[in-house]
This record gives sequence, structure tokens and C-alpha cells, in this order.
Amino acid sequence: MNEKYIARSSAVAARQLGGEMIIMSAADSTLFSLNETATVIWQAADGKTPLSDIVQLHVCQEFDVEPEQAYRDAVELAGELARHGILLLSDEPVSDAPLESVKRS
Amino acid sequence: MSLMAALNQKALSHGVPISVHLDVTYRCNERCEHCYLDHDGDGEMTTAQILNLLDQLAAAGVFFLTISGGEPLVRRDCFEIIEYTRALRFNVKLKTNAVLIREREARRLRELNVEQVQISVYSHRAEVHDGISKLPGSLNRTLAGIRLLRAHGLKVTLANVLMKSNLHDSEGVRRLAAEVGAHYTLDPTITPMMSGDTSVLRLRLPSSSLRSVFQNPDLVGDVAEFCAPPPPLDDDTLEGLPCSAGHTACYVSPCGELYPCVQFPISCGNVREQRFLDIWRNSPQLLEVRSIRGKDLTTCSSCNHLGTCTRCPGLAFMEGNMRGPSSADCEKSFVRTGIVSAGMLARASATSPAPSGLVQIRPFAV
Repeated sequence: MNEKYIARSSAVAARQLGGEMIIMSAADSTLFSLNETATVIWQAADGKTPLSDIVQLHVCQEFDVEPEQAYRDAVELAGELARHGILLLSDEPVSDAPLESVKRS
Repeated sequence: MSLMAALNQKALSHGVPISVHLDVTYRCNERCEHCYLDHDGDGEMTTAQILNLLDQLAAAGVFFLTISGGEPLVRRDCFEIIEYTRALRFNVKLKTNAVLIREREARRLRELNVEQVQISVYSHRAEVHDGISKLPGSLNRTLAGIRLLRAHGLKVTLANVLMKSNLHDSEGVRRLAAEVGAHYTLDPTITPMMSGDTSVLRLRLPSSSLRSVFQNPDLVGDVAEFCAPPPPLDDDTLEGLPCSAGHTACYVSPCGELYPCVQFPISCGNVREQRFLDIWRNSPQLLEVRSIRGKDLTTCSSCNHLGTCTRCPGLAFMEGNMRGPSSADCEKSFVRTGIVSAGMLARASATSPAPSGLVQIRPFAV
């Protein structure tokens, strides 16, 4: 199995509201609302942690799901979000989005 | 329910200020005759204070952020501020006159994925636009900036504030917007200055001109629907909120004063002295604004226009009572539908001389 890496796109606007992540695509101003599971994956998408680890460390820890099914769902979700330009999906680690470095510690 | 409506509803139920308008400077390279801001105001927040505020706004859940002024680009740190807003993943709308937009600025705004740039254009004729902005050559410079922004793929909205001096130019601005691939919005509302100075109201369109605007399908869409009589008052309207000001939205001035809205000059606290969320949650002024429902409005609660009126609580506040009618909106409702508002009737009875005695008229007995 090839590892997958995911990183949040710097092109979108995003904010957590009541447990869900609200995201607006800069490309076409489409508004998305991620459910709690997808929000956990989005927040953990640092470009460095393999998706399988994200599922293991975050999704399976927080939700009562079977790991293999959770991973398949996560890959599908990541692909879907990548098609909308919300996530970057790669077989290699993804370097930090340029805007992330602007934030102060 | 659309996702946007659901988002606003969720923000309301969680007490989240989902939209904030932040003016970063009083200074401006134009002197638009209708502007609400006093350009001689001082005590602007420093870069560090603004970045700190942005951290607080993100933590409070703010998603939609409008950056305006004054002219934001006169601040040397303007791009530092915008970069920071985007690093915090705000959805950013920039309001500018575009006079200072060059290739570098347009490219950077695109790189930063600013959602939208809104630019005031008063006329397609330089003599009219420049006459309002008081900056010679401003229309040409603004249009050059707009073209650069569009060339870089930014979404641009031309905001056409309509007043006496540019009444006949809305069609020209609309054509201009279509030509450069920009959105067009029209606003016939001139508001008093934040300082309470009402002298700018002399620029407002008279009713007769407002009527021609409201009857123009190019500007309002379906005229029959836009000008339809209001439906009878119902419980939902009476239990409803007047607007989003202070509920899911607020305004922060260049010196850090927090208000429910840019058109609602009741100071609720200063973010240089208190944390944003402390003001947002505990300000007595905001709590009062939030307590008001349609049924609590002194005159408007009995007005059939209530459910469809654009009544602005800020304009009502500037007329002396945030629960009262706003005469400008009463006029708009009347001009739109031909039906007199409760506020107009109340004003008429308050200004009519009291009858000196009662005269009873009875038919003669035959």
C-alpha cells in the first residue's frame, strides 16, 4: 500500500463552528461543511503525517470505527476534498503551505 | 435551507460573530463627500495590536472578515495584515478605491487568495466620479487598478453608491462592470457619519428619484416582486431579529472601538483595553441590542412593512431610539410599495398641530 499524505490548502478559508469545519473554496466560492470525522482529518492534515497514522491516531481514537474501513473512507474523503482544491493529496510528504509560516508562534 | 443560511443560523445559536468588518485606518487618499468616517481621526491600532486582534477574532470563530478604512492600502503594513488574515484562514473581502493597486499589489492579493475586492465607482464619467471622490484622475486610476485585479483573476465588485450627483450614471457603471467582468451592486443609502454628523444626508436621493430606481428592472430585478405590498404581520416576524448587527456581526473601528455595525455607532468597548470576546459576550450595549425582537419595536411592531422593510437599527439609533423606526427606511418602504409606514404616520401626527376643538358632523335629520 502506498502511503498517502494530505495537507490543508492555503487557498481556502476555514473555521470550526460547533464541531464542524466550514470551508470556502477560493477558486469558486463554494461553501463546504465537514462533519466531525472529516474535521478531525482536516485538522490533522499537516502534510507530514501519513494518512494511515492520522486515521489510527485521531479517527480511531475519537470514533468507534473499524480501522480498515476508516482508512478506506479517509482515502475516499481525501480524494473528494482534493478534487475541490481543499486538500493537497500526495504520495510524498507535502511541505508546509506557504501561509502557515506567516503565523506567529 | 442553503448552507450559507445554515451557517448563519448555527453562528447565531452558538453566539459566534461569524462576520466582522475591520477598518484599519482613518486615512484616505480620497475625500468622498458622503463618507461615514472622519479622516482626521487618530489613535489607529498598531500592527501588533491588529495582529493580536486577528488572533482573537479567529479564536472567536470569525469566518468572514472585511478589511476597509479609510483606504487600507495607505497603511505601510497593509500586506502584512492581509497575509496574516489569510494565514489565519479568514475569508477576506478587501474594500479599497484601487487607486494604489499596481501590478505587484494585484499579484499579491491573488497569491493570498483574497476572496473579493470591493471598489466604489460612482460614475463612468471622470468629472462625476472625481467630483465625488475629490481626487482628480481617480476614476482612471481606479479603473486601471480594477483591470489589473481582474487580469490576475480576482473577484471584483463595483459598489455604486447612488446620490443626487450621480443619479443618472448607474447604467454607465453597470456597463463598466460588465465590460471589466466585475459584479455590480447599487446602494442608494447615505448614512450619517460615525461621529453623528448628519450633514452628508443632504446628498441622499429624493423620493422621486428613489422611485425611478425601484422601478428599474435592471437594478432591482423583478419590479412587481420588489414593489409588492407586504404580507400581513405574523408571529415569526414579530419574534424575529431586526438584523445581524451585534448577533453574528460587528464592526471594529481603526482605533479599536467595537460597534454592532459600521452603521450603528453605539460604542460597546475597545479591543485595546478589553479582550474581544469579553466585549462580544458581556457588553451591556450588545446585550441590549440582542434583546430586541420585532415585537419590541416601538412603532414598527404594528407596521405591515416590518417583515420586508430594510429597517436599520443603527439608523434608528442615530435618530434617537434603536427600537424606533428609521425614517430613511420608512421612506424606502413607502416609495417601493406606495403604502405609508407606521413610522411615517407617527411622525405626521407628532408634527401636526393639535386640533383646537372637536367638531362633530352629523347628517341632518330628515
